[in-house]
Amino acid sequence: MRLTLHAVPEVPLEAEAICPDMLMGLSADKAAELPVFHGNEKARLGDFFSVQGEARDGTVTVEGDLSKVKLIGNGMSTGRLRIEGDVGAHLGAEMRGGEIVVTGNAGDWVGREMSGGRITIRGDAGHMVGCAVRGVPVGMLGGEIIVHGNAGNEVGHGMRRGLIAIGGDSGDFTGVSMKAGTVVVMGRLGMRPGAGMVRGTLISTQPAELLPTFNYDTTYRPPIIRTILIYLRKLGFTVEDLYLNGPYQRWSGDSIELNKGEILLYAGTRQ
Amino acid sequence: MLIKLTGGTVYDPAHRVNGRVHDLYIQDGRIVDPPAGARVDQEYDLRGMVVMAGAIDMHTHIGGGKVNIARTLLPEDHRADPVAHTEHLRSGCGHAAPSTLTTGYRYAEMGFTAAFEPAVLPVNARQAHMEMGDIPILDKGGYVMLGSDDFLLRMMHDGADQKAINDYVAFTLNASQCIGVKVVNPGGISAFKFNQRALDLDEEHTYYGVTPRQVLKVLATAVNELAVPHPLHVHGCNLGVPGNVETTLKTISGIEGLPIHLTHIQFHSYGTEGDFNFSSGAARIAEAINANPNVTVDVGQILFGQTVTASGDAMHQHANAGHAHPHKWVCMDIECDAGCGVVPFRYRDKNFVNALQWAIGLEIFLLVEDPWRVFLTTDHPNGAPFTSYPHLIRLLMDRSFRNEQLSRLHPEAQRMTTLASIEREYSLYEIAVMTRAAAAELVGLSDRGHLGAGAAADITVYVPDDDREKMFSRPKYVFKDGRLVVRDGQVVDVVWGTTHVVKPEYDPGIEKRLASYFDRYQTMKLDNFIIQADEISEDGRGSVTIHPCWGGRGV
Repeated sequence: MRLTLHAVPEVPLEAEAICPDMLMGLSADKAAELPVFHGNEKARLGDFFSVQGEARDGTVTVEGDLSKVKLIGNGMSTGRLRIEGDVGAHLGAEMRGGEIVVTGNAGDWVGREMSGGRITIRGDAGHMVGCAVRGVPVGMLGGEIIVHGNAGNEVGHGMRRGLIAIGGDSGDFTGVSMKAGTVVVMGRLGMRPGAGMVRGTLISTQPAELLPTFNYDTTYRPPIIRTILIYLRKLGFTVEDLYLNGPYQRWSGDSIELNKGEILLYAGTRQ
Repeated sequence: MLIKLTGGTVYDPAHRVNGRVHDLYIQDGRIVDPPAGARVDQEYDLRGMVVMAGAIDMHTHIGGGKVNIARTLLPEDHRADPVAHTEHLRSGCGHAAPSTLTTGYRYAEMGFTAAFEPAVLPVNARQAHMEMGDIPILDKGGYVMLGSDDFLLRMMHDGADQKAINDYVAFTLNASQCIGVKVVNPGGISAFKFNQRALDLDEEHTYYGVTPRQVLKVLATAVNELAVPHPLHVHGCNLGVPGNVETTLKTISGIEGLPIHLTHIQFHSYGTEGDFNFSSGAARIAEAINANPNVTVDVGQILFGQTVTASGDAMHQHANAGHAHPHKWVCMDIECDAGCGVVPFRYRDKNFVNALQWAIGLEIFLLVEDPWRVFLTTDHPNGAPFTSYPHLIRLLMDRSFRNEQLSRLHPEAQRMTTLASIEREYSLYEIAVMTRAAAAELVGLSDRGHLGAGAAADITVYVPDDDREKMFSRPKYVFKDGRLVVRDGQVVDVVWGTTHVVKPEYDPGIEKRLASYFDRYQTMKLDNFIIQADEISEDGRGSVTIHPCWGGRGV
């Protein structure tokens, strides 16, 4: 099925209907009747998108400037969603399975509280990637979020399981209050990475300024980094060989919490 | 316009009407005597249905700073319970601390037409009124909180005479636009600020040298001498502390016959027997209540599930903070007046203490003989959200349902309660007493809570059902001031209730003294502290109704 944006919404459009779980088995006409919210007004999917074909195998392609379209792939459990262009906030929120690929940039809250599946962003992502919503202690519970560009603040806030990989730089408070899981940032970490982290692993290939509540342990060559980076290379990341086997500093923290988290920073030579 | 309600089975305890079939007539928002020969404009056929006055919740935290703190603290509470807007109604959210509009709709949908906020801090009363002003359909009112305020404790420390204290209490009632006076942990909130972590009835405040017993005595005397209908509303010492039944019994005996209302008495009825050093003091409390006609109580029943406790009792909220679920809480100092604490809480039926609290509350309901002196509350949201009232009514009216619920609780708690052996079941008449007639009388409303000629036409119509929970959660019709606001459990029209207040007289000399005190110690000037009636009515929705100080049921 192919959805093409024909009317750009004036205010954010909440389009939970754009999800393979909802669209699978529907004819184009039926799909166009699904409800969306334009601001506080109920509208039809067809008011904003022209719908072509069917999603028999669960593959849905959406094109256009979707930067004002929110909640695409909300609660998705199966199928493939391909977004050609930019996309708005809450992409793949509470997603449980399937795959989302975005060719452009994504808004804030990508993969909020997701528990399975994979989200790939070819461009940049906004703030709060794989985050918990405010007031909830636990964020991402599983799955993968792969951002080829940069990401904003609070990547992996409250994350408990899964993998978040950022090809570029990440903003402030990367991995704040992480419970467990892995965050890899190929570029630079912003301010105060890993603040309040309980367990979990934060990896960066660039130098970073850490909080005083992180303690230096050792410099070593953890084999898991090679495994993770080779996996990311297969997903399309550019990973230089020196990062695969090089030495990494291990810092443990956050000592105001359990002190069982770790930040691994590349400590070898650079070319 | 004349409306006729035909053939309903009426329960109107204020006029001793117990299930008699008769017609009611409504004209201009009031119940009227059958007019001879007048044309009926609209008629509702209520044959086979139960007709009562609109229910009154005389103790529910629906306005003021602590409710807003609870909302701010618990975004997950909003998220779990969103309410979409409809043609008539606006959107809202929240289970334990719902938004104002949703609060009004939900109360109305259960047949309630009035609710009273029991902890209006004088310095924060404007916010409480603005918030209650945004609650549709319900009539509202507040009890102003005194007893831990610096000014009163100073007066007592300096040995001020009762007359001066009466003036101060009367001035505060006027200035804060309230209908009653409440005292929370008398002197204890202030003592907490002076680093005391407990204050028993006869323990001295380290700074002012005043005891809670003295505070209770002067305030109860003041309320009595001012002839404020609602007796002093007392949240006693040692809330939630095992063994506090002794304190509560001493409070009852120590008040020496003055009328008092002991609120959420369930939290003050704990003994220290048994393996867990926690037991029910309900039997002794009920015995004392039965023996002292000057005492009224509301129960503050707990029901299982997630809620949030919001109280002015900063001392005990601080002590309970370790039990917070989810693990976060707020404690606040509120100028010279008092403090407050907000602790989210989940009552669990497999927890011994929670299970026994549940049983203690029901024991008190069933062992207090006079339904005119025990009131149906969950101390919303402290024991449970007000939306659980229909469930609570079923527990009171249906013994087999009650025992079936009891059998699911923590086994040790079942062994520690006599609940299973209590045979009493509340009748519809007794429910009408405790939620209508007695509540209106206790608060001091002469034209609410009954169905006599001249009363406001706040009327709730239920379809009888053996499942009382179903019956009370979905009234067939609710009329507010003669207008149909709820049909089949759904709000169909939104009206705005009034704010009930009393205005006892006082010697204006007190204002001069207060003005210099305010200039020196408070963040606002006295002129700004005083709330004018216009402020409540100026948005075009609210109004103020002044009730006479007729002394209440007195003793």
